[in-house]
Amino acid sequence: MSLSVEVALARPGFTLDVGFDSPGGVTALFGRSGAGKSTIAGLLAGLVKPDRGRILIDGEVLVDTAAGVFVPPHRRRIGSVFQDGRLFPHLTVRRNLLYGAWFQGRQAGGKPLGAIVDLLGIAHLLDRRPATLSGGEKQRVAIGRALLMAPRLLVLDEPLAALDQARKDEILPYLERLRDEMRLPMVYVSHSRDEVVRLADQLVVIEAGKVVASGPIGEVSSRFDPGGGTEPGAVLAVTVEAIDPAHGLATLSFAGGTLCVPVGRLSVGQRLRLQIRARDVAIATTPPEGLSILNVLPATILDLAAAGPTAVGLRLDCGGTILVAQITRLSAETLALAPGQAVHALVKSVSFDRPPIE
Amino acid sequence: MPLLTPLEAEAFGLSLRIGAWSACASLPPALAVAWLLARGRFRGRTLLSAIVHLPLVLPPVVTGYALLLLFGRHGPIGAWLESWFGIVFAFRWTGAALAAGVMGFPLVVRALQLSIEAVEPGLEQAAATLGARPIMVFLTVTLPLIVPGLLAGLLLGFAKSLGEFGATITFVSNIPGETRTLPIAIYTLLQVPGTDAAVLRLSALSVAVSVVAVFASEMIARRLRRRAAGA
Repeated sequence: MSLSVEVALARPGFTLDVGFDSPGGVTALFGRSGAGKSTIAGLLAGLVKPDRGRILIDGEVLVDTAAGVFVPPHRRRIGSVFQDGRLFPHLTVRRNLLYGAWFQGRQAGGKPLGAIVDLLGIAHLLDRRPATLSGGEKQRVAIGRALLMAPRLLVLDEPLAALDQARKDEILPYLERLRDEMRLPMVYVSHSRDEVVRLADQLVVIEAGKVVASGPIGEVSSRFDPGGGTEPGAVLAVTVEAIDPAHGLATLSFAGGTLCVPVGRLSVGQRLRLQIRARDVAIATTPPEGLSILNVLPATILDLAAAGPTAVGLRLDCGGTILVAQITRLSAETLALAPGQAVHALVKSVSFDRPPIE
Repeated sequence: MPLLTPLEAEAFGLSLRIGAWSACASLPPALAVAWLLARGRFRGRTLLSAIVHLPLVLPPVVTGYALLLLFGRHGPIGAWLESWFGIVFAFRWTGAALAAGVMGFPLVVRALQLSIEAVEPGLEQAAATLGARPIMVFLTVTLPLIVPGLLAGLLLGFAKSLGEFGATITFVSNIPGETRTLPIAIYTLLQVPGTDAAVLRLSALSVAVSVVAVFASEMIARRLRRRAAGA
């Protein structure tokens, strides 16, 4: 799936003028509330008409104001999941789920009801009415309803924003399964950094109706851009290599080396994403000795950039993965750091995309 | 002694028949107009709203006269309907139903418009993204959700037609067994001295029918509201 968006619209007190491309996977639209993310979701679904611009999906024109093309929402086959669920109150869960499948007909080649119901764990809800469901259950049914129409793209507009943390943790694994097992292209609108890090492949940062950064998440999140709207940090996809029960530590491997972390609930072979914030990485020019920090990764400096009046941001190449570090300008000058230089990255702390410890 | 004289029973039966027909026949056009007013964004929306509400404020006799001009046997619409479909309104019970329907139209539209406006547009949008054409969105989402409004509108139209007098007598006159509904029968009796008992009986009957209609509408609305709450 490829997605190409280039749209502008003006409403009283709000203008949106955005352009981004996505090669597929999970594309996160990230930014503060009111930045225009949901409007973009509406534009993709066909619920909002742009003043001008083009939207293409897999080369098919959905919107082209210059050519007078506007494909109405019911012919786009783009599934939508909204923050407030929007289940039909007069239908049972089963009939809610089958609503879209019925309109798409058999040629859509969607998954059978049973498969989706199992995937989302909603079999026990089928004969209930939406009013009797909890918030988390409603969102799972809403996701199932969108999946059963066999969408070519799933647009999720802040699907977890109305839920508490426990309900979010209940639903996020299902979204990961959609990404990993069904390989379903998604556009995921969120203002939560944790959700975005956990799910997204591509990151589009929106601020005040404009795109301020866009690209692969590891690349975008590592930028030291004061206007970027995100705190710089590296996103690593790692595999649990080994577990040392005696010390309660797990060894995680990725292309640039290995990391040692508290074992928590991790199990061998598990794949997960983790985040290393720039402020949690220190730099040494020689292999450090006599150090309590477990994780020291060899890396090469890619570039340096000012990150505030006293700090410097470094981007490091660690076996093809980008790491970022934020150090004082004084340290950078004292160590005479320069691009191309081989250094050691000292990782003080690692945050997981899922809570490893109860 | 039977409860009602044959003449009174005739007026009562006629009122029920005219009420049922006017309420049922005005529902589809009222639904269309209510949808346009609730969801439509077009020039002349205010004008449409004003025209629909006109019977509420016009003297009924003026509405009746307008009907006579338009739907009389020589009126533009009346003549056309008679020559093409053989439908005659003038001085028939059908005309009484038309008059009652027109007079009740604003109330029915209002009830429907409010219930359509109460339907969360997000639900209709969700239906569209799931592949439902606009007409299917209406049939599968909007319509089921406004059933309480439909029933309320139906009963309101029916109750209103039971009380219709001015437009009816102007348009279709006072013909026993054809257009002499309960209020017109009461009016006719009032013109004759010494009929106080009969007037009182018919008035009591009118009150009883109206109370039942309003009560039923309340009951249905409450029951549907409870069901919509998701029991």
